[in-house]
Amino acid sequence: MSGSLLPSERFEENARAALADPVLHGALARATELFGERRSGALAQVPEWEALRERARVIKAETLAQLDVHLERLEANLVRAGAVVHWARDGQEACRIVEGIARESGARRLVKSKSMTTEEIGLNHALEQAEGQDREPVETDLGEWIIQLAGETPSHIIVPAIHKTKAQIAELFVEKLAVEHTDDAAELTRTARRILREHFAQADLGISGVNFAVAETGTLLVLENEGNARMTTTLPRVHVAMMGIEKVIPRLSDLALFLRLLPRSGTGQHLTSYQSLLTGVKRSPEDEGPEALHVVLLDNGRSAMLKTEVTRQSLACIRCGACLNACPVYREVGGHAYGSVYPGPIGAVITPQLSGLAKAGKLPFASSLCGACRDVCPVKIDLPQLLLHLRSEVVEGGRMPHARDRVERGLEGFIERVTFRLWRHAVSGPRRYRAASYFARFVPHALLTRFGPLGTWSAGREAPRLARRSFRELWKARP
Amino acid sequence: MKRRVSLFVSCLVDQIRPEVGLASAQVLERAGCEVEFDPRQTCCGQPAFNAGHRAEAACVARSFLDVFHGKETIVAPSGSCAAMVTHMAQLFPEDSVEAERARSVAQRTFELSAFLVRELDVLDLGARFEGSVTWHDACHGLRELGLHDEPRALIQHVAGAELVEMPAAESCCGFGGTFSVKHPEISVAMLDTKLDSLRGREVDALVSGDVSCLMQIGGRLQRQGSPLRTLHLAELLVAR
Repeated sequence: MSGSLLPSERFEENARAALADPVLHGALARATELFGERRSGALAQVPEWEALRERARVIKAETLAQLDVHLERLEANLVRAGAVVHWARDGQEACRIVEGIARESGARRLVKSKSMTTEEIGLNHALEQAEGQDREPVETDLGEWIIQLAGETPSHIIVPAIHKTKAQIAELFVEKLAVEHTDDAAELTRTARRILREHFAQADLGISGVNFAVAETGTLLVLENEGNARMTTTLPRVHVAMMGIEKVIPRLSDLALFLRLLPRSGTGQHLTSYQSLLTGVKRSPEDEGPEALHVVLLDNGRSAMLKTEVTRQSLACIRCGACLNACPVYREVGGHAYGSVYPGPIGAVITPQLSGLAKAGKLPFASSLCGACRDVCPVKIDLPQLLLHLRSEVVEGGRMPHARDRVERGLEGFIERVTFRLWRHAVSGPRRYRAASYFARFVPHALLTRFGPLGTWSAGREAPRLARRSFRELWKARP
Repeated sequence: MKRRVSLFVSCLVDQIRPEVGLASAQVLERAGCEVEFDPRQTCCGQPAFNAGHRAEAACVARSFLDVFHGKETIVAPSGSCAAMVTHMAQLFPEDSVEAERARSVAQRTFELSAFLVRELDVLDLGARFEGSVTWHDACHGLRELGLHDEPRALIQHVAGAELVEMPAAESCCGFGGTFSVKHPEISVAMLDTKLDSLRGREVDALVSGDVSCLMQIGGRLQRQGSPLRTLHLAELLVAR
């Protein structure tokens, strides 16, 4: 299967291809299980976990209810610390801003640490394509670098190369880096470190994401385990930090809470190996840090989510990836099937809101609504509620997404609407229900399994049959 | 005084597994309740609600509320349908009669094992089953109603039955209503992953509290020619 993003419109086909790939399946099963176990282990040591989640939910809800106030405060304090703040309405504008910064600062060599927001807007591609620039940044997070070498896209929020096995990575290194073949993970990592260090030494512009931005101090927090984000944000003379507008938190003291929740939920760590708290630029030549700091505040569809209380929850996400690891659908099909850099339950919620229901309206249906995602979410986002909300938006918009093109979509949507309308008539009164139940028993089972909805059911399962006599008949006949 | 209980059997039990409804009534009677069945009942509206067809769901929910708003206690042999009742109010305007009824009915609606253990404090129903059984946690019972220990405690009080835990007991079986026909391959793959975790364990019957899950699991096992039986909890609790 391809290691890259596939269109969300083709979720079924993408999923089928993933299911048919035993290597991918094995890699996913091992990784999601491992992360799930680590998370449970880390949580077992925090008896007050539920109270922490509830506090985080409240802080996020309060912040999002007054997002404009917090963002203005953040901007003021960023500027006070010496940063330049840019507001980007959408991905294109954000990419143009970064291109402009690179051009004006005369930066030739760019490095980048892991950032889902830059993946969301396709920043690398934009920088590579920008006229007369050809400044594709080198990814410095090991997983992201592997994906970049392979010409693929991440399939997990936290573990971008989760779909790749060690053997595949070893092969990739031989092919792309002309190094000798080795299956030793430590040796592969050493190779990566050696090459990435050279990039760091030469870079004059570093691009990073942001985990949390503190409004009261203008401080940016970047979490990571490899030290590459620390170098990306401090070694080059220019640092560009890209953040969605939902990343702001009011107080520095809130970090204590979120730092307890995020690493435990994401990787099962008590704390990530590095936490970089970045405030402004260097003030004297002996200081460490960049000479210039640019912070890009990205909307790209986020402010539309603020409109209702239900959809607003989508912006509380702290991108830990726990819902992906817990999701039985994600575990079977992996991230690429979703056709979005945000896969899994949170992806199925965010993607349709970012790129529209016409494009990604299938994703909210790619869930059995089991609720495992809601249970593990560290900020208590009610993901099933959001999925249900988006499903009803799709239905009410008359856009049934389960079809390949408009004509078929129209027909399939029509059939589903008619089916549910007939069903409603049959079950909203006892007499019609009895009549429907009576006549249904004359429909041959083979007809249902061949043409009805039971057709797709019976490919892998025996189809259920109507009982010869219904419960109400048996009850009536009870002595 | 005998507690009066109105049975909401659910449309699936009514049409596909009526014996589960009879077993549920029997279990409740053994637990000392007086059981009634109002034949005006049909469905809770969940299939449409979960598929995004809220207008249709509201219509069916309204007729559910017409039937049940006058009942003192409602018991359903399904965690999924009992959980749907807790969502019903959101289908109607906040201050409507229906929303008020829905909130009140939700207070009086119980899933079978929750009712037996939490409300009646009954664990031993005098059942006997020779064999080992494993419990499948249906998602909505587990995650929306918080049922975990209740069904297990009931199983442990069945004479002769040995409870063998399945490592993936809490994983979804892949049913998910329309999900099972919209995404049949993923649905079956999820179930196979779950059932794989039973490998190497001697189990005679897989027991659950929802007929929908049992249709999914049973249909797959039957297709594979597996000797493993599927039973609803109520059926196990009346076994003698």
